[in-house]
Amino acid sequence: MTPQRLAELLQSRYGALVSAPTEFRGEVTVRVADAEQMPEVCAYAKKLGCDFLLDLTSVDNYGEDPRWTIVYELYGLEHRCHLRLKAEVSEAKSELPSVTGVWRTANWHEREIFDLMGIRFRGHPDLRRIIMWEGYPHFPLRKDFPLAGRPTEVPDVAFTQVAPLEGGPFVTAPGGKDAIEREPRAKELEG
Amino acid sequence: MATSQEIRAGDPAAQAAGVRAAVSAGVNRPDDEDLRDVGGDKMVLNMGPSHPATHGVLRVVLELDGEIITKATPDIGYLHRGDEKIAENMTYTQFIPYTDRLDYLAPLANNVAYALAVEKLLGVDQQLPPRCQFIRVICCELARISSHLLGLGCFAMDCGAMTVFLLTFTEREKIHNLCEALTGARFTTSYTRLGGLARDLPPGWVDQCRQFLREVVVNLKEVDQLLTRNRIWVDRTKDIGVIAKADAIDFALTGPNLRASGVDHDLRKAHPYLCYDQLKFDVPLGSAGDCYDRYLARMEEVRQSVKIVHQCLDQLPGGADNAAGEPINVSDGKTVLPPKQKVMTSMEELIHQFMLVTQGVNVPPGEVYFGAENPKGELGFYIHSRGGGTPYRLKIRAPSFVNLSILPHLLPGHLMSDAVAILGSLDFVMGECDR
Repeated sequence: MTPQRLAELLQSRYGALVSAPTEFRGEVTVRVADAEQMPEVCAYAKKLGCDFLLDLTSVDNYGEDPRWTIVYELYGLEHRCHLRLKAEVSEAKSELPSVTGVWRTANWHEREIFDLMGIRFRGHPDLRRIIMWEGYPHFPLRKDFPLAGRPTEVPDVAFTQVAPLEGGPFVTAPGGKDAIEREPRAKELEG
Repeated sequence: MATSQEIRAGDPAAQAAGVRAAVSAGVNRPDDEDLRDVGGDKMVLNMGPSHPATHGVLRVVLELDGEIITKATPDIGYLHRGDEKIAENMTYTQFIPYTDRLDYLAPLANNVAYALAVEKLLGVDQQLPPRCQFIRVICCELARISSHLLGLGCFAMDCGAMTVFLLTFTEREKIHNLCEALTGARFTTSYTRLGGLARDLPPGWVDQCRQFLREVVVNLKEVDQLLTRNRIWVDRTKDIGVIAKADAIDFALTGPNLRASGVDHDLRKAHPYLCYDQLKFDVPLGSAGDCYDRYLARMEEVRQSVKIVHQCLDQLPGGADNAAGEPINVSDGKTVLPPKQKVMTSMEELIHQFMLVTQGVNVPPGEVYFGAENPKGELGFYIHSRGGGTPYRLKIRAPSFVNLSILPHLLPGHLMSDAVAILGSLDFVMGECDR
């Protein structure tokens, strides 16, 4: 079994739903066109021997549509193949079905994505904040959340203040120029 | 927390044996009314975030029926520093010191794992010079010895064996001395650079390291004699916190916790990185998946690591003093800082130096996942690059985060005092769990 073969098997079963595999640095990535089908595709991948969900994460494509990319890192302990599945979710929806029914390890990963990026997982048994505290109003890993933070106040629970960045040279603002495009030393403190 | 009956049973061995018998009779769900709070309400107990057995700032909200845990809700995040957010706002090289603070008990191994992930994205991971690979493996294995020594010491101390803690910390101290000689820092090592290392081995370091390896096995034997056949220790750990093979896979446990459940998965064997394919070592596997197996797995891993470091020191390209001048960095001026003398005299090197310092290594667009076998399990970095000197998204797959997610499944049915043994045996560190 190879990652390419896994991708072919997924494609032969799901047709146009699963894109052709792309390879970069020896890793095979497959895009799933409809995030709603993710649990079904994952369950089939598990049947193909991908019994180990290494990681589940999300990327914020700020300023693009769809805004969210959910990345699943699959691994099979028997065939020792790594396969990456990706699905996209629009900002308006910000919701997709949970894969906790396929791998129980997805539970905390999905809670983390919900906590830090604000993407909801339908059917998750316990979708609460995991790293930030209950009642925290923001989603800090979003690109439009400034590195310095935003002030919050949950009376008698916790508070946050804006952190002094002291003109850190590599502080990136969302939608702005990246570190390459600007002269780092002339950077003004933003937000 | 102890019931009056247990306080009367003064002998800890007898007490542990009595509790063991009660739990094994009911297969983790004892019906013995003596152990339950008869007719009372369930009690909610906060364990942590400041509790000696939670090794940092883990908080577990336990629902107790007498002495029996009926529900466990871990609460993490007390050590969250936003490492992934910070990474998006700095160059790849600047993030190296942040990796020290993930699993702060094995900073060298984190440095190596992160450097390898970025090198995979850069496409230079196959060009690492052999001396660099061997030194990196030595670093990883010393980190493993250090982390396991601490894990074993704290695990034993939580179960009441104070001496073991003192023994293992004596040895850890020597590793910190080695780290200091090698990197200039005892804990926050920041030793790797993208495409190589910060500096070569200092004079006399190899002999110092061999001396340590000879001493640690003696000390380890002493720990072995104190614990492995110790009646109290065996009673406290055997058949406690059993993780079935299927559960370990389903919860994606990694490292010694996975292997103690009998799953043969070690990234150093399955996907050898650096020079692990040239080294001879065994991967210990457990059979029962209980706390005792996890203890045995870590003990054996330390012995195997000692074996690996011995081999690396013997086969080290260039030898101890590197008189032949074997390189420790890839020969790519756009990845590694050029030598200072050349920066002062040559135009091209000056430009490279300037670009690397102000803008960072120019990384191609793409995405990679790289996982390394760290002491706590698989430390993975998922890096999503859109080109340039900063990562667009950097996700850290922390082994402790994943290993702890099994707690709500594992703890219920155990006694309160078993929770301490289970937490000790899982050997987590909150620095990387909360990131």
